[in-house]
Amino acid sequence: MSSSSKHVSDDQELGAAGSQLSTAPSQDEPPIVPGIGVVGWARWFWRQLTSMRVALLLLLLLSLGAIPGSLIPQSGADISKVDDFRKAHRTLSPLYDKLGLFHVYSSVWFSAIYILLFVSLVGCIIPRAWQFVGQLRGRPPGAPKRLDRLPAYTTWRTTATPEEVRDAALTLLEKRRFRSHLVGDAVAAEKGYVREFGNLVFHVALIVMLIAFASGQMYKSDGTKLVVEGDGFANSILQYDDFKSGSLFSTDDLVPFSFDLKNFKASYQTSGPSKGTPVTFSADIDYSEGAYGKPKRTTIKVNEPLRIDDAKVYLVSHGYAPVVTVRDAKGDVVYHDAVPLLPLDANVTSQGVVKVMDGYKNPRGISEQLGISAFFLPTYGGGSSVLSTFPALGNPVLNLTPYHGDLGVDSGIPQSVYQLDKSHMKEFKDSKGAQFRDNLKPGQTMQLPNGAGSVTFEKDVKEWAGFEIVQEPGSGWALGGALAAIFGLAASLFIQRRRVWVRAVPGADGVTVVEMAGLGRSESAKVPEELGDLAGILYDQAPGASDPGEDDHSAASPVPAEGAEKR
Amino acid sequence: MTSATATTLAATNEHLASMSNTLIYSSMAVYTLAFFAYIFEWLLGSRSRVARTANALTTDTAARKAPAVTVKKAGGTAVLERPKVVVRSAAGSRDVPDGPGAHGGDEQGDLYGRIAISLTVLAFLVELAGVITRAASVQRAPWGNMYEFNITFSTVAVAIYLGLLALKKNVRWMGLFLITTVLLDLGLAVTVLYTASEPLVPALHSYWLYIHVSTAIFCGAVFYVGAVATVLYLFKDSYENKLETGGTPGRFATSVLDRLPASASLDKFAYRVNAAVFPLWTFTIIAGAIWAGSAWGRYWNWDPKETWSFITWVAYACYLHARATAGWKGRKAAYLAMLAFGCWLFNYYGVNIFVTGKHSYAGV
Repeated sequence: MSSSSKHVSDDQELGAAGSQLSTAPSQDEPPIVPGIGVVGWARWFWRQLTSMRVALLLLLLLSLGAIPGSLIPQSGADISKVDDFRKAHRTLSPLYDKLGLFHVYSSVWFSAIYILLFVSLVGCIIPRAWQFVGQLRGRPPGAPKRLDRLPAYTTWRTTATPEEVRDAALTLLEKRRFRSHLVGDAVAAEKGYVREFGNLVFHVALIVMLIAFASGQMYKSDGTKLVVEGDGFANSILQYDDFKSGSLFSTDDLVPFSFDLKNFKASYQTSGPSKGTPVTFSADIDYSEGAYGKPKRTTIKVNEPLRIDDAKVYLVSHGYAPVVTVRDAKGDVVYHDAVPLLPLDANVTSQGVVKVMDGYKNPRGISEQLGISAFFLPTYGGGSSVLSTFPALGNPVLNLTPYHGDLGVDSGIPQSVYQLDKSHMKEFKDSKGAQFRDNLKPGQTMQLPNGAGSVTFEKDVKEWAGFEIVQEPGSGWALGGALAAIFGLAASLFIQRRRVWVRAVPGADGVTVVEMAGLGRSESAKVPEELGDLAGILYDQAPGASDPGEDDHSAASPVPAEGAEKR
Repeated sequence: MTSATATTLAATNEHLASMSNTLIYSSMAVYTLAFFAYIFEWLLGSRSRVARTANALTTDTAARKAPAVTVKKAGGTAVLERPKVVVRSAAGSRDVPDGPGAHGGDEQGDLYGRIAISLTVLAFLVELAGVITRAASVQRAPWGNMYEFNITFSTVAVAIYLGLLALKKNVRWMGLFLITTVLLDLGLAVTVLYTASEPLVPALHSYWLYIHVSTAIFCGAVFYVGAVATVLYLFKDSYENKLETGGTPGRFATSVLDRLPASASLDKFAYRVNAAVFPLWTFTIIAGAIWAGSAWGRYWNWDPKETWSFITWVAYACYLHARATAGWKGRKAAYLAMLAFGCWLFNYYGVNIFVTGKHSYAGV
């Protein structure tokens, strides 16, 4: 296009005036040919990496790379979905494994993209910050020779002397918070450095956020604990049901505290199409900080975790824990405890196992273990329904299927407390020879066949609450970085950096000629508007000379230029 | 609360909910009328033969290369003796005047255009009332599911359009394109996405709902306005390119595109709109992260919704950078803007419908 040559010539005319209005990297990069040797190649690579074009491509790659993680199940989010996926896609899964697609955001290639991006960012920021410091220490460049070539320009002849005009201009611009000084016959002024500053702050803030996020990942700890009403928890690794931590975490980092769950409350929609949808969950707890802290009462809700130093305690799940009493053939109590059951659906149909490990003797006096498979329906709908019809305790029914024999807990193989290994267990038979099972309401007792004992479903049905205890250091830094990023971004997008020059010289006839011009980094209607304002004020101090003069800048063609808003 | 008051309350709520539905349907009817008025504006406008763009780009080169100059008075007082500011557009930019608007200078067309805007205002007020009664019926912010999100979204998009009009910005050309999609959005809401009014699940009980979701809706509406301008920019730009290289665009293209603002104006408008809302989008994501921190235990979980918000953010960041990078500004940057808005759309519809994640309570 012919415009490029014109562009160059305009830049030359402006000279230094238009330079350094931004510290953005130069865009017309010369074709760089790698020099000889390692240094040459390294320099070439560095220049490529820190160029805007490559940074742009890396940004695009980053967003592209984030996509698979949102569509393929991620092991970090839900391991069971990953297992389902593996079962469903036998051929695809090994390939996905090789590509790290089940943990995209910690995969080598994703890390490579963002690390390169941040190196590129650092490589961009440091020289820009350096340049910016230079600009702050320097002064705005002097007026170009031909001010009428600038995007916004005005001129008039005045009765005031050039010195008076320049002084007035200097005072005016300084009052308007321009950095201004006198260069030769003109005042040079600049404003809007905050734009550049905001830009740098934004990019630095991104780096702060990345470092905070990464260190948070390395030092974090995250565990879950199921607590039945009346029971408690103390923050040590041994007490957790499930515990994950970052690579640099050590057990000494756990914040010392303990709490007891006093009461769990849930409320649900009782009518309408969304009947059974939870409305509120809350857990009343007594907690104490440190090893010997005084107990304090508080309530944890879904959106309101308990904060103790770096640790946060979240309420994440809930369920029922019916209290079950088991008596042996002689009538001695061999088991009395709340049995936490895992919910299977939204109406909290729950499942679990009562495991009587020791103390039980069968009618023949031989020690055995009991395993009682349990189904619990908080609201039994009647009939042959095996699913709860409402999540709250409306008409609770406990369905029990007892087994006797060896639970296999001593075999050394870890076993889930919610599942029953029936390989060494035998069913109880009823009088007709069928498998013995029964439904109990609270307070009811079922007698095991042949006087093998009894099982009582106690009236008091307890609830349990699942807590997640998270420590993620660095989140304060991440938040600080995020806020700084927003302010930096706003400053760099909304503030205009612009220069104004005011030249006052005696004309050929001795009358002072004032010239004013404005230049912005990007074309904006604000630059001519502001120049108009300034000119108006300055004109009042340096009123027009009587000589009408000819106006060579009257509309050559009445075409509105880009950036000029029509009034 | 006694059961008697609970029943009366439920009855009031149901009454309000059905009132809200009626209002939404009424607003759709009025939007449809507005749509036809816009169509008439465009039809009647096609009678005039202004062809400013064609004139500007096809008259002889010498005249065209002269610097474009506008004269305007300093300050608002317009005192004749005051100095005048001369504005020069940057070298190399195409000096094309903005089109006259849909009415094309036709008086009758202009009248229909004004009727269309009045109807849009009316429809907007009715829709706003629909959103408010919906909120009253559920006694919370009306952003609990996709139906509510959709009706709020189109209300805000129209509010932005009317707001820009009230600020005397040159956005009247957008009317037909905006109202068409508003009708689509509402149609989708009442047919596919409709959900009876109901309270929120515990995870949404937080004041962050007001902050995070309202800014998300607002950003979406602004991004949408930007996307409309970007699409029109792409059409207008290729039209101008064709004229400049001596081609003859089709009659329909000439008739429609010549009435739109110049490609440079559309591009600038799209950029301003997108850039202005980008910090707010950043804030939306951060507010979401803060909320996630207190609801889910970690501030960033790579949940699909979060991931796509991030992708959208990166795509818009790309666009903003591209617009300042040689070799990328212009059409390429516009394609990036379209891509970014595509990401936003997928984040809203795609993630809610096809992907399950922690945001799934925002479902259909």
